[in-house]
Amino acid sequence: MDFSAALPVADVVAFNRPAIDWHAASPELILLGFGALLTLVDVIFLDRAKQYTAALAGIGLLVTMVPILTLANDMSETGPRVMFDGAYVIDEFSLIMKAIFILSGYVVILLSTNYIAEGDYWESEYYGLMLSAILGMVVMASSRDLISIFVAFELLSIPSYMLATWKKRSLESNEAGLKYYLMGVFASAIMLYGMSLLFGASGETILTKVNASLSSDPLTGESLSSSTPVLTLAVIFVIVGFAFKVSAAPFHNWAPDTYSGAPIPVTAFLAVASKIAGFVALVQLVFVGFYARADVFQPLMWILAAASMIIGNLIALRQTDIVRLMAYSGVAQAGFILAPLAVAGDVGDQALASIVSYLAIYAAMNLGAFAVILAAARKTGSTSIESMNGLFSYAPGLAVAMTIFMFALAGIPPLGGWFAKFQIFFAVVEQGGTWAIILGVLLAVNSVIALYYYASVARRIWADQAPDGDLTPIRIPPSLGAALVLTVVATLVFGFLPGAVSQFTDVGLIAGG
Amino acid sequence: MNYDNDWFLSVLTFTPLVGALVMMLIPKADEAFHKAIALAVSGGLFLFGTFYLLTEFDFDNSGEMQFNFDTNWISVINSRYIVGIDGMALPLVLLTLLVVPLCVIYSWNHFPEPANPKAMLILILILETGMIGTFVAEDLILFFVFFEVVLLPMFFMIAVWGGPDRRYASLKFFLYTLFGSALMILAFLSLFFLAEDSAGNSLRTFDIQALTEWGGANLTRTAGLLIFGGMFMGFGIKVPMFPFHTWLPDAHTQAPTVGSVILAAVLLKLGTYGFIRIAIPILPQAAVVWAPWIGLLAVIGIIYGALGCLAQTDMKRLIAFSSVSHMGFVMLGIATLTTFGINAAVFGMVAHGLITGILFFVAGSVKDRYHTLEIKRLGGLLIQAPRMGWILGFATMASLGLPGLAGFWGEFPAILAAYNPANGVSETIFRTYMVIAAVGTVLAAGYLLWLLQRTAFGEPSEEFANDPEIVDANKFEYVAWAPMLVLIVVLGIFPNLIFKTSDAAVEKSLHPCLIAEGDDLAALDCPAVFDVEVAGG
Repeated sequence: MDFSAALPVADVVAFNRPAIDWHAASPELILLGFGALLTLVDVIFLDRAKQYTAALAGIGLLVTMVPILTLANDMSETGPRVMFDGAYVIDEFSLIMKAIFILSGYVVILLSTNYIAEGDYWESEYYGLMLSAILGMVVMASSRDLISIFVAFELLSIPSYMLATWKKRSLESNEAGLKYYLMGVFASAIMLYGMSLLFGASGETILTKVNASLSSDPLTGESLSSSTPVLTLAVIFVIVGFAFKVSAAPFHNWAPDTYSGAPIPVTAFLAVASKIAGFVALVQLVFVGFYARADVFQPLMWILAAASMIIGNLIALRQTDIVRLMAYSGVAQAGFILAPLAVAGDVGDQALASIVSYLAIYAAMNLGAFAVILAAARKTGSTSIESMNGLFSYAPGLAVAMTIFMFALAGIPPLGGWFAKFQIFFAVVEQGGTWAIILGVLLAVNSVIALYYYASVARRIWADQAPDGDLTPIRIPPSLGAALVLTVVATLVFGFLPGAVSQFTDVGLIAGG
Repeated sequence: MNYDNDWFLSVLTFTPLVGALVMMLIPKADEAFHKAIALAVSGGLFLFGTFYLLTEFDFDNSGEMQFNFDTNWISVINSRYIVGIDGMALPLVLLTLLVVPLCVIYSWNHFPEPANPKAMLILILILETGMIGTFVAEDLILFFVFFEVVLLPMFFMIAVWGGPDRRYASLKFFLYTLFGSALMILAFLSLFFLAEDSAGNSLRTFDIQALTEWGGANLTRTAGLLIFGGMFMGFGIKVPMFPFHTWLPDAHTQAPTVGSVILAAVLLKLGTYGFIRIAIPILPQAAVVWAPWIGLLAVIGIIYGALGCLAQTDMKRLIAFSSVSHMGFVMLGIATLTTFGINAAVFGMVAHGLITGILFFVAGSVKDRYHTLEIKRLGGLLIQAPRMGWILGFATMASLGLPGLAGFWGEFPAILAAYNPANGVSETIFRTYMVIAAVGTVLAAGYLLWLLQRTAFGEPSEEFANDPEIVDANKFEYVAWAPMLVLIVVLGIFPNLIFKTSDAAVEKSLHPCLIAEGDDLAALDCPAVFDVEVAGG
């Protein structure tokens, strides 16, 4: 039925529903469906549903992988699928990032299964919120428009704020969530202000068009070689907004408190999936939206990268709590991931490939480390760094796994992290300018500093005595064991056969070549 | 050149790793089984590998890479899995193949606390993969990966089975080496991006042979010097050269016996091998400029190490400092950039591996019996354990460079080579180094005889005079030590076994402008940096 014909006024602008590529949108729709299903199941079956919710959430994520694989399979024929005038794009980059989000999400669900069921937590809501946060990330990977980026950002942030407070009656957990929330909305406000400036200056929200108007004056068409203050401010504000999300120094202060207060699986989620989402947004903004203004974003990224590496590493040296250690090491890792963005204007593709590789490997090794922390905490009930002492003497499997993750994070070949770090070096050295070389040396020095605390953890595991001489083994539930196996295998495969990851991460994104 | 045996080096490299993986699956309690597997893998590999290498290796073409295998590895960065072996790598691979099973035999019945043979043997096998891999890798990234693979097992060996100060020593070892590696990888990457042929086309390769052929042509002087500097840090820390040597005495003193042996016998050679395989062949011009400085640090190392020995009160620490001194001779040979000097260095590496290996073995056995290595508490080893005492005497004689034993052929030619360094390297400076190094040999005789006198001669101290634990060497020790002792003699009498093998490869690795003479040199039209006159003045 055609309603527009029945309308009396002829010159009303008819609303044309934009064409929707249902195949391209199916991962998001499936996630949404499973999220809704979880809520319904909870409402209808109440407590009887509890034992199935984790499995249902996990199945939802695995089912979501199906359209991602079919889309990737079609990609060679169809090329990138563009929807809504370029606001939503399904290309190789978005697919690989979606896959990383879904798989990390799946590992987090595996980690949560026993932890949430055995602790004093709400269950169904937990998985529902988890799925909606993952939905936000999956949307983020395709968003090439200021508005959709913002929507995706809020969709992944708001559930995360709640998840961080998930421990009932725990002041630390409440504090964690509140801090995260306050810093998060502060970052959102700054970012929105930057976006409004961008929109005001360019009149566009689609990133490719923003890029075009950043490089030339929209009215006269003259090229804007010199930096106009408004645009500079806008770019800086938007980037700073996301710097909060990825916990880059000096915007990292929320991370340690939030990480140590939140339930451990949520911490893993925030430290990996949520952080990667921030990087995805940054990468899209830099490579699609601001690529013409390398003169603005490169120095900013240089400073953020250098500050994050140095501050994160130096503070990490003094930590006595393993989760806080991971938080600060995460700040330093963020500095590493930001480093290629400081040379992105000159070596675009290489910088992009190195970041994507790093994110994939980072997800595997960091999730693995949290899985071990979680398993060890099952026995010791603590996350102090001493709780790792003598792990080898009563849980050799966990000890070997943790050793692999620690040295992978430190970037020691042949464990996964080396190739990630190597790709970063590769991009930075390829640019070859003085500032790039200084950044390269900073990266090298910081790798050594980071090794100190990673190796210290490994040394505690192997060389120290277990606290109180208690050598009862740790019982590892199957889901946690599965998470450990998945992450160990990924970390080793990425290290021995870096081609396996680089083959997928060699993607293009830059607007207009 | 086509050799139908490209599988061999990969098998050689990865068999120990496979063995380690198998052992991981077997429960820890089955100790005898673990020992049997480790011995079968490393011993079998030694027998098979040595036999195959000695029969199949084409000694008439020892300058060529043999058993080549070249396949795609990380295509994004054009890094390839290339392995090959020539006369320079062969002696070091054989040394590695020999040392590992000896370590397994030696530790058979006395694993240091906290025992756990399974974990320790797995680490030893992983180490073997890393060491062999480094010697056969012909791609910079592959080399880097293997170079780093040895770090983790050694770190754990020191951290878990080490002495009282193991926490400090293990981390120090790890941090020092990693710092060097980080700069080294920057240097490798710079090579990748900066190497261009004469037509201005970027090579963009990590292939060591291709880069050696390129030989640093069209690279600016500053870039060449900086890249060489990066490699110098990576390899020099591993050697270790003065002033980066401070990790070594700590690591050696704290490491368990087999850890010390492997560290001294093979790991240190990874650094010197890097110099002669990568740094000097790829950047000969930068090497000429760096040579006097490397030589300077080498002779400082010789003297400083020797003086350090004289000040030690701990037997193991003394041997560790003697390593610094001996590796100084190796580096001096390398710094001359001549075929003569580098051949001496290759020989010196093998000889030092065997001799210092045996010294650490004996030190370990002394520690087992006396529970101390404090020199002033020891004494009278020849009375209480005469055979062990004689072996110690033999090893110290070899170490101080007695002609007729292997140590001599490492030191003496290195000193001699300094008389006439390569084109472009200052003769005056190196002749000065030569004199200083010669003084070093006297000091070496001093500290080694002093060590022997105070530990082996004289009457046993009252403390240990009637200690029933102090017995002579047992059969495991004999089996572990005999091959090394025999080799020290054989190589001392027939040094050509190594010199003839390595010579062609060394000559091929050096830029012709470094070693050509007279009319040949004039015909080569060399860059000014190789100019004999400039440097001589």
